[in-house]
Amino acid sequence: MHELSICRGLLRQVQAIAGRAPVHRVTLRVGPLSGVDPGLLGRAWEVAAPGSALVIEAPPLRVRCRACGAETAATMDRLTCGACGDWHTDLLSGDELLLVAVELEEPAHV
Amino acid sequence: MCDACGCAITGTVTIDARPVAASHTDHAVLTRLLADNDATAAHNRAHLDDHRVLAINLMSAPGSGKTALLEATIDLLGGEFRIGVIEGDLETENDAVRIRAKGVPAVQITTGTACHLDAHMVHEALHELDLDALDILFIENVGNLVCPAAFALGQHRNVTLLSVTEGDDKPAKYPVIFRASDLVLISKADLAPFIDDFDPTRAEAALRQIACPAALMTLSAKRKTGLTPWLDWIRNEAAAR
Repeated sequence: MHELSICRGLLRQVQAIAGRAPVHRVTLRVGPLSGVDPGLLGRAWEVAAPGSALVIEAPPLRVRCRACGAETAATMDRLTCGACGDWHTDLLSGDELLLVAVELEEPAHV
Repeated sequence: MCDACGCAITGTVTIDARPVAASHTDHAVLTRLLADNDATAAHNRAHLDDHRVLAINLMSAPGSGKTALLEATIDLLGGEFRIGVIEGDLETENDAVRIRAKGVPAVQITTGTACHLDAHMVHEALHELDLDALDILFIENVGNLVCPAAFALGQHRNVTLLSVTEGDDKPAKYPVIFRASDLVLISKADLAPFIDDFDPTRAEAALRQIACPAALMTLSAKRKTGLTPWLDWIRNEAAAR
């Protein structure tokens, strides 16, 4: 629903970086807890910026436990500590919604 | 933390042009896609803080009782605090009309098709309110458990309603919005005797399973029961501004 408006915002950010240079590839990092669906974002990008490739990295869900200090993998069903089961955890990765890199078609700087 | 260079991602743009191929240059960026919304939300927040107004973003599925809760809250707290409301709906001014009937200023945002409020809409609405004349601003978001959580508005706190008719596993189904919540209110408690499959302890367990530390309160706006902890929570938050 709003992936298209996010794409339009993304396009503005990309164009601010690219200027007149053609955009070859845009790399995003979209975590499962970001609230944005990577598949829909990819389809919206095809509408918003046909001709530029979009790569979407999928960061893993990882949490750090405040009770035992362990850093463990998590799932959307279980964001508690994978080591001791405590629910007082902080998210280390998994909610990213980042523009990571923009690859432009232009001569390399020497 | 950015695991490439160890910096904290603050939302500022860092551009590092490294040649990738003779004809391509790769610019590492690391900005949030929602950086524009974040910036407007920060501006809204600064505006609210300048005027010492506590802003509470109220979210839920459609029909969970947000407006009814605001009406009851205004009845009970309106003498203690100067309250204002920003209402968000796709269409109609119905909710703002109900709030204004309580003698409280309300700005209605009609989004047309947008399924959530964003910082820009709230920014426009803030300009319709006299913040010098307010202590607390409630923002009643569009009824939707999916999208509102991702869009910062400049609020101080997020409160999410979950009515007893909705199912106690909602936190498991909608982790993003419940994880973003500072407080979860189980609403329409007056209907609980007629609902045999809603268990507040299961709802709380579902919250902890997604590592959400928010307190849970059960209340009925219609019957005005269970409201005291909610009002005390508001009083505490207001005192902290």
